[in-house]
Amino acid sequence: MAQGSEPTRPILYRHRLPTRLWHWANALIVLVMLMSGLMIFNAHPQLYWGEYGADYDRPWLAIGATEDRGLLRIGGHEIPTTGVLGMWTDGVGRVRTTAFPGWATIPGFYDLAGARRWHLSFAWLLVIGGLLYGAISLGNRHFLDDIAPRRAELRPGALWRDIRRHAHLRFPRGEAARQYGVLQKLAYGGVLFLLLPLMVLTGFAMSPAMDAAWPWLLDLFGGRQSARSVHFIVAFLILAFLLVHLAMVLLSGPFNQLRGMITGYYRLPGEEER
Amino acid sequence: MISRRRLIGTIAAGSLLSGCDRLSNSPRFRAALRGGEALSMRAQRLLLDRGALAREYGRGDLSPVFRSNGTRMPASPRYAVQAANGFADWRLTVDGLVARPLSLSLGTIMAMPRRTQITRHDCVEGWSAIGEWTGVPLRLLLDQAGLRDGARYIVFHCADDFYGTPYYESIDLVDAFHPQTIMAWALNRAMLPIPNGAPLRLRVERMLGYKHAKFVDRIEAVASLDAIGDGRGGYWEDSADYEWYAGI
Repeated sequence: MAQGSEPTRPILYRHRLPTRLWHWANALIVLVMLMSGLMIFNAHPQLYWGEYGADYDRPWLAIGATEDRGLLRIGGHEIPTTGVLGMWTDGVGRVRTTAFPGWATIPGFYDLAGARRWHLSFAWLLVIGGLLYGAISLGNRHFLDDIAPRRAELRPGALWRDIRRHAHLRFPRGEAARQYGVLQKLAYGGVLFLLLPLMVLTGFAMSPAMDAAWPWLLDLFGGRQSARSVHFIVAFLILAFLLVHLAMVLLSGPFNQLRGMITGYYRLPGEEER
Repeated sequence: MISRRRLIGTIAAGSLLSGCDRLSNSPRFRAALRGGEALSMRAQRLLLDRGALAREYGRGDLSPVFRSNGTRMPASPRYAVQAANGFADWRLTVDGLVARPLSLSLGTIMAMPRRTQITRHDCVEGWSAIGEWTGVPLRLLLDQAGLRDGARYIVFHCADDFYGTPYYESIDLVDAFHPQTIMAWALNRAMLPIPNGAPLRLRVERMLGYKHAKFVDRIEAVASLDAIGDGRGGYWEDSADYEWYAGI
């Protein structure tokens, strides 16, 4: 017989197998894509708008170093970044001047060819996995039932309530925890249907062979260097999602959440717990 | 003091990273990663129009300064003499698996039909520059020499070298006979400057920059790349593991 203030805490089958496989495969793939991408960026740590951009042109973002410090330049602003960007010390105490430090890149040393091989091979895993997951999730109604927000949830009042709940770190409990909250749906949907497709398309737009066959890629992003800039910005939006996602998992019961994403079974948090 | 959690985190991150670096250095893992290159090339060749033209731009789109990259001045004394002489004594050889080997002067090449195109040069490092190129379509040179049966690749031998190894690159016949693939002798309506590859350089517009061999003095048709350099088809392919297929 159940005791005290916890009479029923039903266990729910929350995450289906394709969702769990896609989640963990992508946990690895996205990390490899981000870190190998930073190494590729290190080969020319400047970003431009438009079709062209090279050393004689004006970047909107640049990471570099002077004699004694690392710098991040955005627009007209110069931000000192010694130790992190542009100038940092490696594991054996040597001062390095590549843009992103070795701990953030794959490989952890300057190797453009190697980073491209990691990046362009794992890109296939990302796209093939994404297409499979997308087809299955349309078929099993995961997108329609779990990710798509209901009309009522999108009303400003409802959105505002969810924002306030997040701000106070009050996560849904009991029956309300059966489904994703609206901010959760928007975050997952935004990554799935906006950020990841943007990464793939801007990636395509950097390929000279793809640009020849599909010149609309260049028109879509306003030129190859613009596409490269968008690729970089969206990569950091995905990193931001990752950090918020990890924080939310830690704050909302990491054991239960991890079990849910590994076994599929998730215990609904009790109504009374605080 | 380092907290236990921080220490565990550092060790975990450190082993993940050194694991990646070990993988990066493992020949077997690199061979597996190379599968991605094969897949990209097959997919692009299969799914995309093989004759698709790279975008051509207007004069208003030109980069104010066209950046040069790689060798800016070949080191050999022979090249210096040829350059001082305006390349009057320079010759382009076309040989290998051809019916009629050619030896052409710059004047002869410049008198051949020409193509002018304003295109974007995309470096593997990430930057791009737009320039106006004029040159002879490679197809015309290959037709004049007459490719023999079995020729599958076109190799470009160059007058510049890296640490004593002359630069070389190669493309397959899909790109060699592409209408925008030219041997350029002019950039932005002036004779090709030395840092950009004078007197003759390859433009293969659907490929990254390292394919665009500069200072080309010999074009060789071959059946296989095995006997070229270390067999991977180009200087950077052999020395730094760059992809041979540079369309992406």
